[in-house]
Amino acid sequence: MLFIKIINNFAVANEKQHKNMSINLSLKKGLDLKIAGGIADSVLHQVKVGNCAIIPDDFHGFQPKPEVHEGDIVKAGTPLLRDKTFENVKIVSPVAGMVKAIVRGERRKIERVIVEASGAGDTVVFDSAVARTREEAVDLLSRSGLLVMIRQRPYDIVPRPDVVPRDIFVTAIDSAPLAADMALQVKGKEKYLARGVELLGNITTGKVYVAIRPGALTEIPGAEMINVTGPHPAGNAGVQIANISPVNKGEVVWTLDIVTLARIGELVETGRLDMTAYVAVTGSEVEKPYMAETVIGAPIEALLKGNEKQDGRHHRIISGNVLTGVSERHDGFVHYPYRQLTVIPEGDDVDEFMGWASISPNKMSVSRTFPGRFFGRTFNPDARLLGGRRAMIMSGEYDRVLPMDILPEFLLKAIIGRDIDKMEKLGIYEVSPEDFALCEYVDTSKMELQRIVREGLDFLHKELE
Amino acid sequence: MKPLRKFLDRVKPHFEPGGKLQAFRSVFDGMETFLYTPRSTSRSGVHIHDSIDSKRTMIIVVMALLPCFIFGMYNTGYQHWLAAGEQSMPFWSLMLYGFLAVIPRVVVCYLVGLGIEFIVAQWRKEEIQEGFLVTGILIPMICPIETPVWMLAVATAFSVIFAKEVFGGTGYNIFNIALITRAFLFFAYPAQMSGDKAFVATGTAMGYGPVATDGFTCATPLGQLATAGGAEIQLTGIDGHVISTWDAFLGLIPGSFGETSTLMILIGAAVLLISGIASWRVMLSVFAGGLFMGWIANTAASPTYPASYLQPVDQLLLGGFAFAAVFMATDPVTGARTNVGKWIYGFLIGVVAVLIRVYNNGYPEGAMLAVLLMNAFAPLIDYCVVQSNVRRRMRRLNAKIS
Repeated sequence: MLFIKIINNFAVANEKQHKNMSINLSLKKGLDLKIAGGIADSVLHQVKVGNCAIIPDDFHGFQPKPEVHEGDIVKAGTPLLRDKTFENVKIVSPVAGMVKAIVRGERRKIERVIVEASGAGDTVVFDSAVARTREEAVDLLSRSGLLVMIRQRPYDIVPRPDVVPRDIFVTAIDSAPLAADMALQVKGKEKYLARGVELLGNITTGKVYVAIRPGALTEIPGAEMINVTGPHPAGNAGVQIANISPVNKGEVVWTLDIVTLARIGELVETGRLDMTAYVAVTGSEVEKPYMAETVIGAPIEALLKGNEKQDGRHHRIISGNVLTGVSERHDGFVHYPYRQLTVIPEGDDVDEFMGWASISPNKMSVSRTFPGRFFGRTFNPDARLLGGRRAMIMSGEYDRVLPMDILPEFLLKAIIGRDIDKMEKLGIYEVSPEDFALCEYVDTSKMELQRIVREGLDFLHKELE
Repeated sequence: MKPLRKFLDRVKPHFEPGGKLQAFRSVFDGMETFLYTPRSTSRSGVHIHDSIDSKRTMIIVVMALLPCFIFGMYNTGYQHWLAAGEQSMPFWSLMLYGFLAVIPRVVVCYLVGLGIEFIVAQWRKEEIQEGFLVTGILIPMICPIETPVWMLAVATAFSVIFAKEVFGGTGYNIFNIALITRAFLFFAYPAQMSGDKAFVATGTAMGYGPVATDGFTCATPLGQLATAGGAEIQLTGIDGHVISTWDAFLGLIPGSFGETSTLMILIGAAVLLISGIASWRVMLSVFAGGLFMGWIANTAASPTYPASYLQPVDQLLLGGFAFAAVFMATDPVTGARTNVGKWIYGFLIGVVAVLIRVYNNGYPEGAMLAVLLMNAFAPLIDYCVVQSNVRRRMRRLNAKIS
């Protein structure tokens, strides 16, 4: 039944395309988790930072080589790191100031580059007028550090600058738990969005798609708008691609978010990089969740200062949302995509007597065996697995939250078995780990699905390139 | 509950590697995770997890089995009282008799099965898996009440070791463990597992209850069918009264301990479907398949195959059909895993169960063999469904190239 539904979606999508120049995509499968700690108001709070950091691990596929030394004075936009293979691909400094530290871990791997902000407004001005051809456009993105903010499928990595993308998908939807509305953050930047689309249109041989919630943004000239309805993961670019024009073997598609698109447009228009990041500070352990206006790579301490609940519980600080984010410490920094910070209880200090037998309405679950599901309430989950790790037992669990024409159980088994032929046949090129986040959440067997998919993609990438 | 937690924390070091009781680490771990939700938190991927786990899933299935189990106790007593020629049917005496008759079997199955699970978990340094919680209660329910306890022990040990652990444990087995146990008994000890004597308790249960008179016949309805000749069949109970469709639905007929009452099985089915643990696709399609094949058999009824005279509905009510549809076919590990596959898998179980029942007089009950057969075919069914997904992807690619 699953296939038919999705094919229908596809058919509907095509039909609409010819009439309105915009596509309606209505997704049924998925899950909106109701978690406590959302932002109640729409007030923006300025958060000034003393330093910020770039974390190379956020940019999968990018092999960092330092371009600066500790103590160097940099402007906002000065390259901090370059890629080993494609030397023009840079990661740039979000602020003007001094390179405070290049922190290295095991085997001298660069863990992060910390820049101390001087408060001066020195920014690098790029010569954006030269970006006429495809090569020049890609080169502009590479040098300005915006290419690393884009992802390519297959493999969910920083795009290779030498490969021409078939299409480019921009998502203006963050449907993840507690996420803020991304479309609001580009209000008033319509001109930049159009310039961004123009530049991306030069890069791809196909179309530039922009996925929005119906009515969230006005139509952007040159872009194919997708009106998406449905629960999370409707905002994932991968889900949109899968339902509009799936990635075939040998094809490359780029994905980015609308904020990055606005940055690209502003760069083209003004030659300057907008390093502002709007970070939603959320979660049940945040005293007063709020929307922070800060810079890329802001320190977590600055964002949480005095706003964390002092309830004696262990806290888990997540840079990102509860499904795909990265665990960080108090002295850490916000990770790519610089949109959200979530604090929830860790839960390793809880003694729950026979939790598996609980009939408490406070237990969060999609399963109908827990009564909480029927009260429509918000929950306060912690980071426990809430069960032991098992082999895959239940069937059909993943399918219900994955609105793609993929058979997740079989693809995962192919990945675990490192069977390249099967992985290809079952659609490994269409997926990224984040698409499996909800599957991982609902899994009775508590398997580490995102890790499995990530390792599978890396394995495939290494074997085939 | 604090003292209990403190006690566990105090004795825990003894069970760690190097401790005095390290040989019982898996047992301790099993008890600890049973009593307290583990404190382990997510290390990769999602930071929050759904509250459901395999313990809860398995316990829901056990709960769904309880109506059948309780009714089985009553029916065991009831059939025994009938066999003993008693006139009055004191409810609590029947229940107590049934309870005493079945409880050694349940205890032995759990002891043998869980014992093996604990040892294997210890040996593999893994957590104890909950699969046997369900299997352990299923086995006594699908066997005749007179099955000797030692046979149950041997069969349980055989199936847990050779049908499950050698394949890698819960989640990796190809065949339904409870049915393998039943099949092992059926083929290894056919005399004790079928015929006139097995399905009604004759002696006392731990010294309780009357003793059955000699010379009664207590073949199950399907047993009677298998041995009947000619087109005129009347299914009768122990006391000689004719078994109606209604009797078969309620379940006061001879049969395996937990399988006789379709009503109780439907209550269990409701529990499984409302909680979303079992697949409604499989359940529905097994019944559809049974009805379909029952209808064909009935349309082409012939005296050579007496069971073909049964109405299609009776096919579903008699024997282990409904029980297999609700509790056996829906086992997610051994069944088809794709949605389309589930329809096909279930339908074929229904068809094959009635097919065997009607056209093979050697096996009066076809449900067990049907599920086992389709267990073997489930991967093939899934393969075909998966291939259609693969082909769609290939077509898409080819359309792009040309």
